[in-house]
Amino acid sequence: MSLLSKIVIPLFVVIVIFYGFKKKINVYDSFLAGAKEGLNITLSIFPAIMAMVFAINIFLDSNFIYFLLNHLRGFLDILNIPLEIMPMALLRPVSGTATLAIMNEIFIQYGSDSYLGRLASILQGCTDTTIYVLALYYSSIGIKKTRYSLGVGLFADLVGIITAFILTMLLF
Amino acid sequence: MVNYIWIFLILVGIFFSLLTGNLETINNSILTNGKEGFDLILSILPIIVLWTGIMKIAEDSGLLKKFASLVEPLLSRLFPSVPKNNPALGYIASNIAANMLGLGSAATPFGLKAMKELQKINPEKDTASTPMITFLVLNTAGVTIIPTTVLALRIAHNSINPSEIIIPGVIATFCSSLAGLLLDYFIRRKNK
Repeated sequence: MSLLSKIVIPLFVVIVIFYGFKKKINVYDSFLAGAKEGLNITLSIFPAIMAMVFAINIFLDSNFIYFLLNHLRGFLDILNIPLEIMPMALLRPVSGTATLAIMNEIFIQYGSDSYLGRLASILQGCTDTTIYVLALYYSSIGIKKTRYSLGVGLFADLVGIITAFILTMLLF
Repeated sequence: MVNYIWIFLILVGIFFSLLTGNLETINNSILTNGKEGFDLILSILPIIVLWTGIMKIAEDSGLLKKFASLVEPLLSRLFPSVPKNNPALGYIASNIAANMLGLGSAATPFGLKAMKELQKINPEKDTASTPMITFLVLNTAGVTIIPTTVLALRIAHNSINPSEIIIPGVIATFCSSLAGLLLDYFIRRKNK
């Protein structure tokens, strides 16, 4: 499993470069153009990241979430779910930058190779910000009645989150 | 939406700390927050720049299109009510392909174009059609092969094997998409 994970990226890079070479495009120029785009993207999310780190840190440092979830602690313990991951699981469908800020906090406190760190990594990668995407896509074409979209989207997220828990427990 | 969440997080955090006499921690938290945000951006910046560069090669060389054409035959089965030659299917394929490669910024324009095409064949213009919902389930379940930001942050926090989460991530995302599509399928059958 870990070997397979290690081979994905080198293999991908080889395929991309080789295909570009075969199609006779200027691979180097394409890279530079893309990298410039990436720089602009990162700079454009900078304010959102600052805003979210600010809010998330105040919220997490207040320990409110533990106060709230303490009643659930026994239940979560039985399922082997660490309390620390709950803010991330709850906010995942709403804001990608908020969960990125939480993941950063988890890495600082517990390390990226801890059980929590790995779980957070898989969670962040496995689902998208469902509520945000629905709002953006539907508002772009003037849809007001979204029927069962949100329900199915959140159900898919939930399954992704549960799978992430099970996989982290089994594999690491 | 994000507006209210932001307000909620800050106000609840500060008021709760006031109530529990935890003011010192919150004070420090606010003061050191800025640097943490800056460090976070700095640690993800290099890898995002690097990967958007590599992905641009895939886009320019037509690899993205080729990838999309592989997915397309599958799509007509998932979207039975969309005519086979409708441009929406091509946009949906490109959107999924771009999402898979972690090209979020390239995926969104394709997705918006797909929605526009689906709207053209939608009989009720203010109500989501079934193919729109199926598309959004596919999109939000977000099949990502290379989660660049996660990798970047793991590297920044000295992970011994930062890429070890790739395969479990792919499996989780696959299960989530499959579950979403199945539920969507059953709802469609029941509504018929």
